[in-house]
Amino acid sequence: MTRIGVVVFPGSNCDRDTLRGLELAGAEAVALWHEVADLDGVSAVVLPGGFAYGDYLRAGVIARFSPVMRSVAAFAADGGLVLGICNGFQVLAEAGLVPGALLRNRGLRFLGRDVRIVAERLDTPFTREVPDRHPLRMPIAHGEGCYYADEESLSALEAEGRVLFRYADGDGRPAWTGDAESNPNGSLRGIAGVLNADGNVAGLMPHPERASEAILGSDDGMLILRSLVASAAERTAGMAAVVGAS
Amino acid sequence: MSSGAAATNGGAFRFAVNVTPKPGILDPQGRAVEASLGHLDVHGVTDVRVGRRVELTVTAGSEAEARATVDRLASELLANPLIEAYAVELLGAVAQLEAAR
Repeated sequence: MTRIGVVVFPGSNCDRDTLRGLELAGAEAVALWHEVADLDGVSAVVLPGGFAYGDYLRAGVIARFSPVMRSVAAFAADGGLVLGICNGFQVLAEAGLVPGALLRNRGLRFLGRDVRIVAERLDTPFTREVPDRHPLRMPIAHGEGCYYADEESLSALEAEGRVLFRYADGDGRPAWTGDAESNPNGSLRGIAGVLNADGNVAGLMPHPERASEAILGSDDGMLILRSLVASAAERTAGMAAVVGAS
Repeated sequence: MSSGAAATNGGAFRFAVNVTPKPGILDPQGRAVEASLGHLDVHGVTDVRVGRRVELTVTAGSEAEARATVDRLASELLANPLIEAYAVELLGAVAQLEAAR
């Protein structure tokens, strides 16, 4: 079974939901403690939501320097799959593993509510199970989720196909910066999730694990978690084949 | 190296790092403060930007060495250069600061 790790920082609070979502998606999900640098042989790593290290100084910045993150950075540099959700996205951005920064929400308030996002790319390890650009419904829960990068970087991200998710209205039309209803944190160009240059590290602000069962009101998030599990399984099989051949 | 004895000798130095949002970066806190000024009947105040000030003591072989440490901390940890600017301010050698207290 494909083993996927969920990092637990002091202040993580979505780690259990994420472990469960990954198990529902068919993975063996294991918790990875922030002080332990060993990644326990996992084929993918998820940085979950929460308030790592109390979000002191800036959301995600202190977590970035934890022992586990040094291993995650090396794992990512080696092509390993890494997904950051909400606070996990903030950690990845602070670590420079994905581009941009997450600013205070435009309206200053913490936002906990459902949003809709569309996958701009359907061919990535994180979205391969998403069938189309139909809007996916899942919650956000953050105070600093306003995606920012300078204009030049934003244009480069678009040109390179590295905008992974965008906030959208109910019909799947992109929610630009001024659309406070569909893009409530005011993210530039409606960006809800991005990819790194190699396409193996992704971050998004909405919570797929909180939309992983019908009883939660939506199971759209499972498309993302299942994508990750399927991609991680292929990677494990690929490595096993290489080992078997040698 | 302009602050006398402390410039060349080692010891403990007190610094402040002032971190502010870069020009052009949306600062909702600054905007909220600005919006409240009318309630205080204060007018003519614009461009409010809210940042953060971090004070720290560094013990090092020289003031220059201490400053280099603070610069590294500021750029790698205290500020995110993508969205924030910072200025390092030497408050003084700790011994002198305590003597003056």
